[in-house]
Amino acid sequence: MNTIEVHDLRFAYTACTEVLKGFTFTLDERSTAIIGQNGAGKTTFVKLLKGLLRPTSGQIVFNGHDIADVSVPKLAKDIGLVFQNPNDQIFKNTVIDEVMFGPLQIGMSEDEAKEASRKALDIVGLRGQEGTNPYDLGLSNRKMVSIAAILAMNTKVVIFDEPTIAQDHDGKERLHEIIESLCSEHKIVISILHDMDFVAQTFQRAIVLAHGQVLLDSDPRSVFSRRDVLQHAFLEQPTTTQLCCALGYNDIFLSPDEFVEHYQTLKASRL
Amino acid sequence: MAEIVINNLRYRYPETARLALDGISCEIHQGEFIGIIGRNGAGKSTLSQAMLGLVPNFYHGAYGGSVTVDGINVKEDTVDDLCQKVGLVFQNPFNQVTGSKLTVYDEIAYGLENFGVAPDEMRRRIDSAMELLDISQLKDRAPYDLSGGQMQRMALAGIIVMEPEVIVMDEPTSQLDPQGSEEVFRAVSALKDEGKTIIMVEHKIEKIAAYSDRVMLLDDGKLVAMGTPKAVFSRDDLAEHGVVAPTYTQICRKLGIRDREGFYPVTLEETRSLLESDMKGGLAG
Repeated sequence: MNTIEVHDLRFAYTACTEVLKGFTFTLDERSTAIIGQNGAGKTTFVKLLKGLLRPTSGQIVFNGHDIADVSVPKLAKDIGLVFQNPNDQIFKNTVIDEVMFGPLQIGMSEDEAKEASRKALDIVGLRGQEGTNPYDLGLSNRKMVSIAAILAMNTKVVIFDEPTIAQDHDGKERLHEIIESLCSEHKIVISILHDMDFVAQTFQRAIVLAHGQVLLDSDPRSVFSRRDVLQHAFLEQPTTTQLCCALGYNDIFLSPDEFVEHYQTLKASRL
Repeated sequence: MAEIVINNLRYRYPETARLALDGISCEIHQGEFIGIIGRNGAGKSTLSQAMLGLVPNFYHGAYGGSVTVDGINVKEDTVDDLCQKVGLVFQNPFNQVTGSKLTVYDEIAYGLENFGVAPDEMRRRIDSAMELLDISQLKDRAPYDLSGGQMQRMALAGIIVMEPEVIVMDEPTSQLDPQGSEEVFRAVSALKDEGKTIIMVEHKIEKIAAYSDRVMLLDDGKLVAMGTPKAVFSRDDLAEHGVVAPTYTQICRKLGIRDREGFYPVTLEETRSLLESDMKGGLAG
């Protein structure tokens, strides 16, 4: 089983301000959402996982190996990161060249890379756009190009930094499917998110960060029942959960369907 | 008189065959908060850029019909006249940063410098906008060193300080944490209360339902519906247009609970109250 063990991880951009103040947890094959306030250290954390930043102290151990001993190019074969801003990631003139770049860099042959890229473009719904310049696509599709570029590398770990930005309902459904399918392939899936409804309905685990510390780490139902802690972390409950609280329910429901089922049972029992 | 009048607007980007905007007509009044919703590719960003003439003057392409803001035809008039009336907050804040300023404070001042606003007045406006958006502590930071959410608030501040009559925003809170996003909606709502006209493209459907006076639903370049959030989100054909109603509306639709006007509720508070009386009705029956 793939695991990433994080031991007392600390990081500071400048000597006086510590951004991560000692994270300790193990990431495994449960899909994990990282949630928290802007500036809480979420993006910094995933850059550390990818080896783009080096911790000031503490360790990140991927499948038994301390990543401090592995070069960034080697790590790239195992750990893929989709950037928050696709413009930071995309630099080729055509969609297919962009998506093939990663696979070629990690040693796939031209044919393998092309095959993997076509498959990835299928998954993100951009098949047929191979020859398009990524900058002629809207932000939502450009984001999908950046996702395809990582999927095509077939890494054991896939990290998304705010994948739902600019996505409409269909786009979010597609992301939901992508995340579930990566999980079924036993990959480690980690995603930074601000969309709590999406977290509630897609992820198996949620880690709440605030002020460089881990406040909560559990399944979404337990995490979203802690209204007090969420408030402290500048988060809010999913919309359905907010309704449960407004109605004074003790149980936490995460989706409209769950709520409707409970409501109908409750109403029937009162008749 | 309406502040913004859009008359049979049709537009095609250069070297494309499809109309990105296809016969849009509507009137928007001063002080209204208009939410623009629709699936990706529906024409939302294009329409928002058409409200200040970037479509067609910046992008070129084929254009028909007209957009006037307070009597100014956005295609015919100069950018200098128009940008005192209308401000646009870009979808990707990265595209809005000038790249010519070293601090957040100077970046926010950029538009005001071009307007030739007096220094004291500039400071007053900048301080107040930074406070409104809770970014005062970032004033000496470099614009490109900010996180996505911080950059987004800086971009918004840069427009607010120019005090345009109409503020057009393309997903202004997409990178903000939930509370930060709620704060921006409240701040924008306060600007509306001061008489500003707000046009916002947004996928956060619960927020649009709670804050908009009217919602425009676009699909395939056409205006499918324009009305109160309740009227638009109670439509039966939302899914056909790639849009999902707010969670509260979905729940009440499944339960068949409507308000007195026959619409499904769109906000938490209305839904709570309707469900409570429905449950009591259940008890009595």
